[in-house]
Amino acid sequence: MEQPQDRDRRSGSFTAAGMRRGARAALGLTLGLIPFGLVIGMTADARGLSLLETLLMSALVFAGSSQVVALGLWQEPAPILAAALTCLVINLRLAPMGVALGPVLDRLHGFRLWGSLALLVDNAFAMMVTEMRAGRRDAGFMVGAALAMWVNWVLASGLGHVFASTIRLPPGHPVFFAASAALMSVLVPIWRGRSDLLPWILAGLLALLAHGGLGLGAPWPVLIGALGGAAAGAARDLRAAR
Amino acid sequence: MSLRLDVLAAILAMAVATYLCRAGGYAVLRVVRPPPFVQAMLAHLPGAIFVAFLAPVLADGGWPAWGAGAAALLVQARFRITVLAILAGVATLWLLRLAAG
Repeated sequence: MEQPQDRDRRSGSFTAAGMRRGARAALGLTLGLIPFGLVIGMTADARGLSLLETLLMSALVFAGSSQVVALGLWQEPAPILAAALTCLVINLRLAPMGVALGPVLDRLHGFRLWGSLALLVDNAFAMMVTEMRAGRRDAGFMVGAALAMWVNWVLASGLGHVFASTIRLPPGHPVFFAASAALMSVLVPIWRGRSDLLPWILAGLLALLAHGGLGLGAPWPVLIGALGGAAAGAARDLRAAR
Repeated sequence: MSLRLDVLAAILAMAVATYLCRAGGYAVLRVVRPPPFVQAMLAHLPGAIFVAFLAPVLADGGWPAWGAGAAALLVQARFRITVLAILAGVATLWLLRLAAG
């Protein structure tokens, strides 16, 4: 199981070259996140947040869907507990991502470890998984990709706030599909072959059942689908290994 | 450019809650060695997370969304250019909605 590069485990665990490579690789995906960022800015403006407050939220929270939902239940005065609970529940899907990055993160300590985790987002995670499977374990790659997305995210939400009255896009406009399309494209490099079919199909079906059948809100469809699908895949793998 | 105290407190609370999600899963696993079944699950988790995230989104968007999702997937699989895949998804959704009336 151990790869040859494990001989010098520390070297190349976090490099500037990796960061540059990650940032470059993320450029295409950041494009897909611009419409989403604009929506955050426009929603924040509609809820009475100032430009500074909008920028601060995007910079510090950096998790789109939880920001949308929290802004949806925004009030005067700001709903501190409700907003925090929203983030906790919706971003729970990020917890298993950190776990899956173990082989990369185990080589880091201190600020690099906990700072890298602070930048963990869906798209950067997917890119890092592809890197790991190619045998590369430079955490700088993920941090570079995530930083590119972060800069883009803060700028786009600021622009959305500034031009809120000028850009009047209806909620269901096709442009907003860009964020979902970006995640669809992420599935392609993650795909490893036919053995992924069972866990993926089951994950999708369980999520649909939880969402449409049982009417559960976020994060339950994601968590039920992801854990159920992955468990089915694991059960099959262990039975085959015996 | 105002910054109100209650808004700042809410934003900081959101940031802390989100960081707990980001770091919490890994922090637990750094202390506890996972059994073989959990380790096998971890290998399947990345793909399963994204499929489980996308399926309800596409279901809410109806058949034009499924078509647009398929278009993004096919373009990415064929050309491996993310920008192209995103544009294909958005354009397909727009066209299918027009066709649906």
